[in-house]
Amino acid sequence: MDLVLSAEQELLQQTAREFVAGRSSLKRVRSLRDGSDPDGFSRALWTEMARLGWLGIVLPVEHDGLGLGYLELMVVMEELGRGLMPEPMLSTVLLGANALLLGGNAEQRKEHLGPVAAGERLLALAHQEARSRHTVHHVETRATPAGGGWILRGEKVHVLDGHVADRLVVTARTGGEPHDIEGITLFLVRPDAAGIRVTRQTRLDGRNAAVVRLEDTSVDRHAVLGEVDRGGALLARVIDRATAALTAEMLGSMTATFDMTIDYLKTRVQFGVPIGSFQALKHRAARMYAELELARSAVMHAHRTIDEGRDDAAVARAVSVAKARTSDAFMLIANEGVQLHGGIGMTDEHDIGFFLKRARAAEQTFGDAAHHRERVAQLDGY
Amino acid sequence: MVADTFREETRRWLVANAPAAIYAPPRTADELCWGGKKTRYPDDVKRWLDVMGERGWTAPSWPREYGGGGLSAAEAKILAEEMAKLRLRPPLTGFGLSMIGPLLLHEGSEELKRTHLPPIVRGEIRWCQGYSEPGAGSDLASLQTKALRDGDDFVVNGQKIWTSYGDKADWMFILVRTDFEEAKHSGITFLLMDMETPGVTPRPIRLISGASPFCEVFLSDVRVPVRNVVGRVNGGWRLAKALLGHERTMIADAFKERDDARRLVELARRYVGEANGRVADPVIRDRIAQVEMDQACLDLTLARARDGAKAGHRPGPESSIFKLYGTELNQRRRSLMVEILGPQALGWEGPGFEDDELRVTRDWLRSRGNSIEGGTSEIQLNIIAKRVLGLPD
Repeated sequence: MDLVLSAEQELLQQTAREFVAGRSSLKRVRSLRDGSDPDGFSRALWTEMARLGWLGIVLPVEHDGLGLGYLELMVVMEELGRGLMPEPMLSTVLLGANALLLGGNAEQRKEHLGPVAAGERLLALAHQEARSRHTVHHVETRATPAGGGWILRGEKVHVLDGHVADRLVVTARTGGEPHDIEGITLFLVRPDAAGIRVTRQTRLDGRNAAVVRLEDTSVDRHAVLGEVDRGGALLARVIDRATAALTAEMLGSMTATFDMTIDYLKTRVQFGVPIGSFQALKHRAARMYAELELARSAVMHAHRTIDEGRDDAAVARAVSVAKARTSDAFMLIANEGVQLHGGIGMTDEHDIGFFLKRARAAEQTFGDAAHHRERVAQLDGY
Repeated sequence: MVADTFREETRRWLVANAPAAIYAPPRTADELCWGGKKTRYPDDVKRWLDVMGERGWTAPSWPREYGGGGLSAAEAKILAEEMAKLRLRPPLTGFGLSMIGPLLLHEGSEELKRTHLPPIVRGEIRWCQGYSEPGAGSDLASLQTKALRDGDDFVVNGQKIWTSYGDKADWMFILVRTDFEEAKHSGITFLLMDMETPGVTPRPIRLISGASPFCEVFLSDVRVPVRNVVGRVNGGWRLAKALLGHERTMIADAFKERDDARRLVELARRYVGEANGRVADPVIRDRIAQVEMDQACLDLTLARARDGAKAGHRPGPESSIFKLYGTELNQRRRSLMVEILGPQALGWEGPGFEDDELRVTRDWLRSRGNSIEGGTSEIQLNIIAKRVLGLPD
């Protein structure tokens, strides 16, 4: 598969770009942050995105999806990132739906994936814990067998869009120690079940997340997603796919940050000339451009690797290369963006700050650059 | 099906014709075959060049009428893949194949093509590039080497510097000033010059890393026939720039260090030590991963540019990022190797140091020039800022 978009993919990109430019804006993102909207995103837009087919891009046709690939998803995520759109793509489509698609049985898939593609069901992955940091298999939440079902106990943090989810995919330990890859099981849980407390979090980047407390929550045996004790590998596959999509979103966001900064360099006048004529600033802009181009290649490659059906290790490696790259590049471009904007860049009134905050949040989601470098070293045997 | 047949036949022919010594990747640029009249190559190397050159497979996609292989892009790709699978060395490398040849194919007159392309394909003539001058480095267009018309000849006087393999090449493609009235970019002519012509004197340059392929070339009343002009008189700058863009992509490619991919890790295991099968020092581990992952991203970006070209996108000034990033990445890699070796990297020659250790040190010193030669990093940044980002002057 070549690293170049097809005519169809370019068309999809165009559609998505026009959609984001026309239907969303940074003003909307700002008012969601400053207002008291109980959802923190637009259900109307979500429905429109469903009609465009985007929620089902990577879902099979039998589940009302488009049956397309990750490169198509990448194109859409990039545009959503350009507009910093907070709609629950990562949580519902990449984490939740993928857990069902890759780990669920026929009934579970049939029950939930169609409604996801139609925009009628929101999902969230309740996985991260206070002490797990970036380690995917660090799970302390316990699931103990009881009367043919299970009782869940623990606390999950940074549950993306957990406050609006219609179903939670909860990771819990059915065996082993907190760091073991074995002994993890995934459960599909209703958020209104007894003993679950969902508390919305307020984050730096204005994105939606929640703390989910499980206080002896009972679920029956049909709640298990995949195999008991064998959820570790499934979890890694799901998170790698979500991470790929996140890198695409980051690519769009950093492109927007970069474009905004270049525009400013061309229009801001000091000492009687545009500041973009100063060589010191030109060189910084040019270095950012190089970083952006390298990031784009890594992101495309990660999506292509998934589409080519390569094995888990190959996908993991490509995704880690992309996440390390986009984490560093987005932080660089956002930091430089604020610096090159000067004083106005420090004000809340200017939009550039939204991108800096998102850069930091995205960097820390699914593992930062150092974490992914260490993962590549491990995968490569050193 | 047709492709499968071609692949099968190609493989069979390669296996039948490749001499035994060719089945190993070259360790340094000196082990490659550069052709030319002034260097004697080992018998197997010479034979490999001859059989491949005979078939035109030293320049697989050039037209047959100029000695090339006449292969389609798809066939050339298959040939490259089969050669890679067999780990066969390229039969020939150099500026003839990679620079002046492609330029002549696009811009040369029929006469120049017929005269110069076949000897390039057969590896008979080795070329060098006469661009930089003592007073014209980053500001290349200010070059002062003079060419004055005298009958059917130009008489060339001046000095070139940083000419790679100037002492080993048979011909030079050279930029000269033919008009002193015009603005500096419009008085430049692109000439082809026989290095055997009286008045041409190359002299090797010694670098901080020791011996080098670079030369100064002194030019004193050198007579070059007017028919050796490529393009038009005073129209050389456009051609020079086109070649520079090409050179920048090539430089990035050259720094790929494919066979070196495991080298950082191997050095680290030996000099830093191991713990539980991993490189013991997590800081070194992180820095190795950083370099290797940056390399992967650069390789992917080069591949993306190639795929884009295949899909009909024109290569533009973005190629400057390859030169910029490729050279600086190579410098980081070389520097990291020195740090991994620690005090064992302090040798210059003689006892107490292994050849490979001395090579790491010399390669590090040499790499400092990477961000200077072929257009400094600062010039590349200027090009990106102006031509890609459209920032004002």
